[in-house]
Amino acid sequence: MSTDSKILDAKAPDGPIDERWTRHKDRINLVNPANKRLIDVIVVGTGLAGGSASATLAELGYNVKAFAYQDSPRRAHSIAAQGGINAAKNYQGDGDSAYRLFYDTVKGGDYRSRESNVYRLAEVSTNIIDQCVAQGVPFARDYGGLLDNRSFGGVLVSRTFYAKGQTGQQLLLGAYSAMNRQIARGKIEMFNRHEMLDVVVVDGKARGIIARNLVTGEIERHSAHAVVIASGGYGNVYFLSTNAMGSNTTAAWKIHKKGAYFANPCFTQIHPTCIPRSGDYQSKLTLMSESLRNDGRIWVPKNMDDVVAIREGRKKPTDLSEAERDYYLERRYPAFGNLVPRDVASRAAKERCDAGYGVNKTGEAVYLDFKSAIQRYGKEQAKIKGIDNPSESQILELGEGIVEAKYGNLFQMYEKIVDENPYKTPMMIYPATHYTMGGIWVDYNLMTTIEGCFAIGEANFSDHGANRLGASALMQGLADGYFVLPYTIGDYLSNDIRTGSISTDSPEFAEAEKSVKDRIDFFVNNKGEHSVDYYHKKLGKIMWDKCGMARNEKDLKEAISEISELRADFWKNVVVPGSADEMNAELEKAGRVADFLELGELFAKDALEREESCGGHFREEHVTEDGEAKRDDENFAYVAAWEYKGEPSDAQLHKEQLEFNDIKLKQRSYK
Amino acid sequence: MSLIKEIFTSSVGRKIAMALSAFFLMVFLLQHLTINLTSVFSEELFNELSHFMGTNPVVQFILQPVLIFGVVFHFVMGFALEIKNKKAREVSYAKNNGSANSSWFSRNMIWSGLFILFFLIFHFKDFWVPEMVYKYVQFKPSDPNRYYHEVVEMFHSPLRVGVYILAFVFLTLHLLHGFSSAFQSVGANNKYTESLKMVGKVYAILVPLGFIFIALWLHLNG
Amino acid sequence: MNLTLKIWRQKSPKDQGKMVDYPVSDISEHMSFLEMMDVLNETLIAKGEEPVAFDHDCREGICGMCSMYINGEAHGPDRGVTTCQLHMRKFKDGDTIYIEPFRAKAFPVIKDLSVDRSSFDRIQQAGGYISVNTSGNTQDANAIPIPKDDADLAMDAATCIGCGACVATCKNSSAMLFVGAKVSQYALLPQGQVEASQRVQNMVKQMDDEGFGNCTNTGACEVECPKGISLTNIARLNREFLSAKASSKN
Repeated sequence: MSTDSKILDAKAPDGPIDERWTRHKDRINLVNPANKRLIDVIVVGTGLAGGSASATLAELGYNVKAFAYQDSPRRAHSIAAQGGINAAKNYQGDGDSAYRLFYDTVKGGDYRSRESNVYRLAEVSTNIIDQCVAQGVPFARDYGGLLDNRSFGGVLVSRTFYAKGQTGQQLLLGAYSAMNRQIARGKIEMFNRHEMLDVVVVDGKARGIIARNLVTGEIERHSAHAVVIASGGYGNVYFLSTNAMGSNTTAAWKIHKKGAYFANPCFTQIHPTCIPRSGDYQSKLTLMSESLRNDGRIWVPKNMDDVVAIREGRKKPTDLSEAERDYYLERRYPAFGNLVPRDVASRAAKERCDAGYGVNKTGEAVYLDFKSAIQRYGKEQAKIKGIDNPSESQILELGEGIVEAKYGNLFQMYEKIVDENPYKTPMMIYPATHYTMGGIWVDYNLMTTIEGCFAIGEANFSDHGANRLGASALMQGLADGYFVLPYTIGDYLSNDIRTGSISTDSPEFAEAEKSVKDRIDFFVNNKGEHSVDYYHKKLGKIMWDKCGMARNEKDLKEAISEISELRADFWKNVVVPGSADEMNAELEKAGRVADFLELGELFAKDALEREESCGGHFREEHVTEDGEAKRDDENFAYVAAWEYKGEPSDAQLHKEQLEFNDIKLKQRSYK
Repeated sequence: MSLIKEIFTSSVGRKIAMALSAFFLMVFLLQHLTINLTSVFSEELFNELSHFMGTNPVVQFILQPVLIFGVVFHFVMGFALEIKNKKAREVSYAKNNGSANSSWFSRNMIWSGLFILFFLIFHFKDFWVPEMVYKYVQFKPSDPNRYYHEVVEMFHSPLRVGVYILAFVFLTLHLLHGFSSAFQSVGANNKYTESLKMVGKVYAILVPLGFIFIALWLHLNG
Repeated sequence: MNLTLKIWRQKSPKDQGKMVDYPVSDISEHMSFLEMMDVLNETLIAKGEEPVAFDHDCREGICGMCSMYINGEAHGPDRGVTTCQLHMRKFKDGDTIYIEPFRAKAFPVIKDLSVDRSSFDRIQQAGGYISVNTSGNTQDANAIPIPKDDADLAMDAATCIGCGACVATCKNSSAMLFVGAKVSQYALLPQGQVEASQRVQNMVKQMDDEGFGNCTNTGACEVECPKGISLTNIARLNREFLSAKASSKN
């Protein structure tokens, strides 16, 4: 493995951490309003990051071309985020501050994120809430009419703003509405049902993209002065994940192949509270919001006899007394209890299930129980309503009412999928792939290693280190899109005010278009025998079994060779029905899975190279005595940024050394 | 004026106009029923009221044209909307389970309306046309005592009574949806809506039932 | 379980299209409806036939992309769910299931079960927003307290996922539940008041221009709406429209 000794420069400003962003903004170059009208920006993806960036760039005066593979910007997968969005507003007066949010995020990310970026994120978090409220986002409020908060994992304050269990939806619809205003003004040209299939680099600068119109199949050239990738994460490399079916890495992978470094691909979040899988036909996994851990208690039976009895249907979970239950998170982490960070909660569930205590037929499920919360709320309500000596059924009814008000839509979703009433019997949950902290490497300006090509939101790697805290993805997406990129992109574009419009007739466009067309032609003409899903499922199984919640050298090496073989077979034996010049879902999937088959291998390679445990990356060789992740700060306090060199196995590693001046590195503890 | 123009050109405007004409017609129905009911217990009162309605210039030359306009408007607008609505779905479903989500009468207002329209033509021929001919073509002398006998005469025919009863059944179907729908159309949907729906049901059943009762009573006792 | 599917096949927008029968077997009752469709498509691909095109994405009932008219109802016979959350346990072995695209003039078919709902986007572009630029200087989020009841009602209206089930269900292909929901969300919040009058007029005009039908208050949309958006939102739309027109300066 070749390792470049060159240290990547994040171009992060220096000085006191709380002044860096302001100083940076004061010093970067600006584009004057008249010149902004002469500049085009392409934004790929219209989720929270892409949507908010498109709207803001258009407000500033740039001509924006926005691309979404869905039929409307409103359908981007940010919409599925449930629980909430963090902001250091300190409305609860519980001692929150930008510094504390910064600290929690860096610690939650197991000290593998860039301090300057994270502080900036914490700093602008409060603006996000102000902005969203001004846009008419209906956040939850208390009876005094002020904004309400809830708690999320890994923190000791209440700083999460929410809109029932549909916070992502409401925030995205806010960004979508801001986009609509600009589409109506003609400042955003919206390309729905379009998929970016390559980036065009001219003289070292990103100058456009090749996109396929998913309705007509037409291959289109689009030019711009800068290209922004906001295409989300690559969780679907696991086939089964909480991502949308269409979520893919293609845009990110294409820029990687044209020169953008891919950072920390092995940092993937396995979310602890998802509905367990039920069969091989399953196409996706459904998340149950982390907010449920505010009130739900996680347990498995203490005794193996009860486990067996439950699996065989002889006992019900409600039959077990308190003494017969093992609330293992509360047992192991008394300080944070059920609200430990996601990586910790997921591993703890795996540990119990690996030990044989899983409570469903597959042995991969634990209970999330609301009984004590229902009791607690019921008694509280009875008191408020002045009911003396309330009966047990009264308490349950009142308590269920409160739980329904808080999580009603989640409970309903659970019941529809599992066909069990979670008010009466505990939910069953199990970890599932949810979010990818890794992504395209970007500097402080969110620019990739291709000049003029930017990456924002989940598509970049920047803010969450090795583990993301709950309710921080929405925060980062909107921070990047509303408040960071629109300013930092000006620094780059200020050099482009005399460039004029970019022609799409250049040889670079022709070449990129040709390679896209060649690949499509290959797919529709290949006389293979296996469908795209066949390969995707196989890839997913390798990833889950060998690059999942726990990894070791042997498995990772096997994964690398298996994925490489699978990829070779894919290019021989895949079959794509239909033609290239029509709506063709199989053709779309083929291109995406082809990219996952490369990314998966790089993922395993990165995981193999990182010989430490940190956050979501858990190497079985590196554990503390009590089974916790053991970091190696001396050798691995860096960002692993991979440069494309042909096959994934040839990828070249570049390091960005992480410096911690404002936070002391220490063993993460939630005990 | 924008408001008037919008009523005829925008979807929301048209439905508000439909509702307003419906309110007017529903009030008229009540008034009509009240006067007719008097025929059951007092020939004199019925004749007196009918004479007043038939000769009072305000009723004859202001309210009557307004009523006719209201009726014609409600029908014409109803048909116009139906045609427009049909155009909004060019290919229909191979299988449509309408009863799963809405009542039969709400989906078939056009049919109950059409039947009522045919009935109205019949009804106008029975009463209104002869009345107009009597007063404004033949200029016969006014006779304050002729009304009751005319009505009784009409309801001798069992066939006519049958047609009237059937028409009122359709009126019930139309009103079962129409009453509460009109309130929804003008934007009244609030904590009183459930009670209002009950009132609507009572109205939709009792008012046509009243007319049926009168027709039967006159047929049997007249 | 074994089922007979009657599915609308239409190669392209201009194609005539027809219902085609497909048998499927060994369907688990725990599958979602779309997973059943996946099974069918895998079978079709294995036989060298073209799979059925249908829209879907999040498969957890929130993106609003899936859009089938199943056995005569938008999103099928279950209540409060989208097609992706509909499970096969709602059907019986041996059932015949009709699967058609959402039908409306304003939702032209692209292919098979996939329809073009961009008319919804254009309605939103006509006024479904509050005109506030991004800046770090908007007033503090808690500067204007909003009564909890109003905020909750606004949230209820805002949960619309824009799937178009209301239009597909409505015998008149009316989009008033969709428009009413957005108009209501902003009408209920102080931030939305400034542009309320213009908003409702513009959105209704765009809705009419797109060729949606007129609401006749059958209430079917409310029943079939996967998010339970209430008819009160249409009433509010009517009120807002009336008062906007009455007070309009031109």
